[in-house]
Amino acid sequence: MAASVDTAKTVGALGADEYKYGFVTDIEAVAAPKGLDESTVAFISKQKGEPAWMLDWRLKAYRHWLTMTEPDWAKVGYPPIDYQDAYYFSAPKKAGDGPQSLDEVDPELLRTYEKLGIPLREQEVLAGVAVDAVFDSVSVATTFKGKLADMGVIFCPISEAIREHPDLVRRYLGSVVPYSDNFFATLNSAVFTDGSFVYVPKGVRCPMELSTYFRINAANTGQFERTLIIADEGSYVSYLEGCTAPMRDENQLHAAVVELITHDDAEIKYSTVQNWYPGDKDGKGGIYNFVTKRGACRGRNSKISWTQVETGSAITWKYPSYILEGDGSVGEFHSVAITNNRQQADTGTKMIHIGKNTRSTIIAKGISAGRAQNTYRGLVKALPGANGARNYTQCDSLLLGDRCGAHTVPYIEVKNRSARVEHEATTSKISDDQLFYCRQRGLSAEDAVSMIVNGFCKQVLQKLPMEFAVEAQKLVGISLEGSVG
Amino acid sequence: MTSGNGAARAPMLEIENLHVSVAGKPILCGIDLVVNPGEVHAIMGPNGSGKSTLAHVLAGREGYEVTAGTVRYLGRDMLALEPEERAREGLFLGFQYPIEIPGVAGVNFLKAAVNAVRVHRGEGELDAIDFLKLARAKAKLLEIDEALLKRPLNVGFSGGEKKRNEIFQMVLLDPRLAVLDETDSGLDVDALRVVAGGVNALRGPERSVVLITHYQRLLDYIVPDVVHILAGGRIVKSGGKDLALEVEDQGYATLASGTAA
Amino acid sequence: MSIATQRAERADRFRAAYLDQAAALAPTLPGHGVGWLDRRRARAAERFAEIGFPSRRDEAWTFTDPRPLTRAVLAPAPKRANGVDKTALSRFLPAGVEAHLVVFVDGHFRADLSALDDLPEGVRLGGLAATLTVAPDCMKRVLDHDADAADSGPVALNAALAADGAVLRIADGVALARPIAFLYLASGAPAAMHLRNVVVAGAGARASLIEVYGALGDAAYWTNAVTDLQVADGASIAHLRIQGEAPAAFHLAATRARLGMKGAYRRFALTLGGRLARDEVSARIEGEDGDCRLDGLYLGRDRQHLDTTTVIDHLAPGGASGEHYKGVVDDRARGVFQGRIVVHPDAQGTDAHQLAKALLLSETAEIDAKPELEINADDVKCSHGAAAGEIDADALFYLRARGIDAERARHMLIGAFADEVIERVAEPALRAHVHDLAASWLASAGG
Repeated sequence: MAASVDTAKTVGALGADEYKYGFVTDIEAVAAPKGLDESTVAFISKQKGEPAWMLDWRLKAYRHWLTMTEPDWAKVGYPPIDYQDAYYFSAPKKAGDGPQSLDEVDPELLRTYEKLGIPLREQEVLAGVAVDAVFDSVSVATTFKGKLADMGVIFCPISEAIREHPDLVRRYLGSVVPYSDNFFATLNSAVFTDGSFVYVPKGVRCPMELSTYFRINAANTGQFERTLIIADEGSYVSYLEGCTAPMRDENQLHAAVVELITHDDAEIKYSTVQNWYPGDKDGKGGIYNFVTKRGACRGRNSKISWTQVETGSAITWKYPSYILEGDGSVGEFHSVAITNNRQQADTGTKMIHIGKNTRSTIIAKGISAGRAQNTYRGLVKALPGANGARNYTQCDSLLLGDRCGAHTVPYIEVKNRSARVEHEATTSKISDDQLFYCRQRGLSAEDAVSMIVNGFCKQVLQKLPMEFAVEAQKLVGISLEGSVG
Repeated sequence: MTSGNGAARAPMLEIENLHVSVAGKPILCGIDLVVNPGEVHAIMGPNGSGKSTLAHVLAGREGYEVTAGTVRYLGRDMLALEPEERAREGLFLGFQYPIEIPGVAGVNFLKAAVNAVRVHRGEGELDAIDFLKLARAKAKLLEIDEALLKRPLNVGFSGGEKKRNEIFQMVLLDPRLAVLDETDSGLDVDALRVVAGGVNALRGPERSVVLITHYQRLLDYIVPDVVHILAGGRIVKSGGKDLALEVEDQGYATLASGTAA
Repeated sequence: MSIATQRAERADRFRAAYLDQAAALAPTLPGHGVGWLDRRRARAAERFAEIGFPSRRDEAWTFTDPRPLTRAVLAPAPKRANGVDKTALSRFLPAGVEAHLVVFVDGHFRADLSALDDLPEGVRLGGLAATLTVAPDCMKRVLDHDADAADSGPVALNAALAADGAVLRIADGVALARPIAFLYLASGAPAAMHLRNVVVAGAGARASLIEVYGALGDAAYWTNAVTDLQVADGASIAHLRIQGEAPAAFHLAATRARLGMKGAYRRFALTLGGRLARDEVSARIEGEDGDCRLDGLYLGRDRQHLDTTTVIDHLAPGGASGEHYKGVVDDRARGVFQGRIVVHPDAQGTDAHQLAKALLLSETAEIDAKPELEINADDVKCSHGAAAGEIDADALFYLRARGIDAERARHMLIGAFADEVIERVAEPALRAHVHDLAASWLASAGG
């Protein structure tokens, strides 16, 4: 834990008025030529050393993508993306088969990680956290593989899993998010370059929190991660995902797919603290973040909880979804979405209740400031067989300033009479009374706002594993800078 | 215009001809008041007389328009200071209706406030452990259940608990001038005793207290040096502690219509 | 031919048939020859030509598929005497209420059935056809506005085809002692009734309005009613709407209300009838301190599909709005509630609250809800809540433990659920009427 806390402290200390991760590393990169066609897909597959069935799957997805049209119904407005004007694969060159230990990792890379506040060496020695550090579409170092392997836990880059554990991958890849699911997921299925693969065997409680850091570096490289996490019967795993990105002028595309599967009595806890570059005060240059995340509670009494803090991205389009198939399964969604300046977020969740006696809780907190637009869009659906389904949803929006907007659009579909669905939403601002009370006790207006906003988010932040919670709190403060006054 | 004994030192608070309007409506119509260090003043008055307005203007709440007059605090123009600046200079306002702040634990709020004041005074910040020690000790004195400290500020507190929490904050912040707005409302006898104990412990040659109250009862516990009657936006009568008993006997109407001091 | 192509073809044929109808009927419509009115009807026909009927892909119709309505092309019923007399009317109107009454049968105004005597000074009540024939220009301001560009297909068709409707105009400062009732009866002919109603309340006017839809026979007819209400500064309108169409009928209603400064509009809608019914309300609070209350109760059974869709736009500061809708759905019926509250940037000080609850009585009943908040001003208090479920088991047990049998207990609880919103009908006689209608529905609801 200690090193992770250190990491968080370092991360926190780096925060201030400027986006501190705004730097670029000069590393030789192997890139596919610009543009996207079947040969790009083949190039990626070859670079990854994939078996034929994997290339086939990618090509099926690519061909399907050509028949699809981009969705445009969200409230976000963005200039059209030219999919041919981007690089789809950029990986740091590696000598031989890749690093066997940290000693073999390119020292430039290690220095980059240090700047990011990930003292890998320290982590390996002190921490209980295994880190799969994703850098420009290739996982460079994976620590603690050995220890996890003893317990039968597989935690490795997905490209490795495709090679080393093909049966598992074939069984589960695309089983929760089929390649034809939606425009961005289909694109991802064709050109995904890396991501994490986790398999926890029956009855195993993964002893450490698994975490991954992402970073987008080379200009115009969209990052397409594919993550697959499987918790077998009676197992438990907690996965942390935290991201940073450097300053760029061109918008960068991020279209990830995450699939989670829980079997009987298993539990996956997935936490995200996202800190993409949001664009400057005029909204220029930030990350486009279109993510498809879905969890299937296949087994009885299984549970998936998603906790996320979103504070970056020029545009965020993200709806983690839950399929509550197993009887008694539970879905929990806790989210804080913060938008400032000219950011736009259209996020929410979908809970599909299928099995009997399933339960879901949605707590979504949105904070808008500057000229930002923050929309919660959620779906709670109880299918005809969902006897005894229970949902409780609470969406609260906080507006800082009078030029931003907060929108709540929940869709509720109940097809079973014994299902009970409750939804509440409120929108408000920080009351003058609250502000005055804090100031009369000696706190500055900025500190007061920060404190009240953190109080507003507390219900969600306290769901995060401790080290993330600290980083998240600082992130909340940084993202709202300039919004008071 | 009256002041207590020991007038040789500079006044703590000097209000001269203060006129205040709220939403265009005049509420305070020429308040004159001098509070010297070490004194406890009581301001009594019927509902609508402007007592709370006075308290809020002193603390710097927006929405109160000063149309004439001055307020000097320790010789400085108080009206020119922001609310947190006044607080850091040692002004404490005990609110009549303390606000709830969901999600913000009382103890965290207080630590931030106490440290803000300490830093302003050139003292170092207290870390979490030291602050907690201090908070616990004071909580004990005021018979406040420690568990309340961990709860979000004032959320779900009874009226009496909120008022005791105000005094608790006062004790921790150690102000020079405490203005307490109807602190006694909603308190039973036991709570009153404890709260009065907290206030009385604060009394000293360098500190002053202004008690705003509707009823005389509080003044049995916190004996004032001077009592003022506020009616129709003006101080119409001032006197010693016996004035409070007169109010109880005769009511405000009679006294207010009597000659101004 | 694929199903999609078949559907597209049918949609085109359908659209073309209605356009032909509009072209053929235009010369016979009241006010034909009046420049602005002809142009307006032509514009409306163009709009319908462009967009046709809505489909599930339209966001506003995501839960309600109007396709059943498009299986036949329905023509307006001819105006003819059809043996409806005054005795038939009483069961549709609240007992003991002496209202000024206009009656329409199959979409045509029937002076002989109406009660227009003793109208107070400053009140004009009558049929739209007559008004457009005799004094069309007084309707120009209300009917000829550019909201047309955003109209849905059915509303555009209404603008092109409407031959009649109720017109109520109340002069400034007039307060009506007796309520006004608009009664629309379907005789049972499978026809389309395009009704255009206009209510204009002058500054400081006060009135109570009752709008009733009823049927004398069961058939798959179509009521397509569009109502424009203007509530001027300081005016206050209470509006009770009772939709009791025949079980096989289609009912699409669009009500548009505009409130001026300190204007008050209180509406209660009881929805009982129709195979497919949609009650769309759009209220724009344009003046400061406007007050808009939209409440309702919908009761669905068999295979009914009952849709309530509301939009409240707060455009000026200090407005207040409240919505309280309850639904009870039985058998294979489906209830839909969509409520959108939009607070525009200048509408500081808005207080807007919405509550929608639904009770499911059978295994096959279904509820869809989409309560929406779009807030662009920060000094506001806005909230919404939506809940759906079945009768509370604990409450049921409590009643039974006190000796009440299960059947009766269920009825009591469902009744209590409905009563909570019926309470919001202000006038006692009207409230009692709504209560009775709901009670008789509940008495025959599934056990």
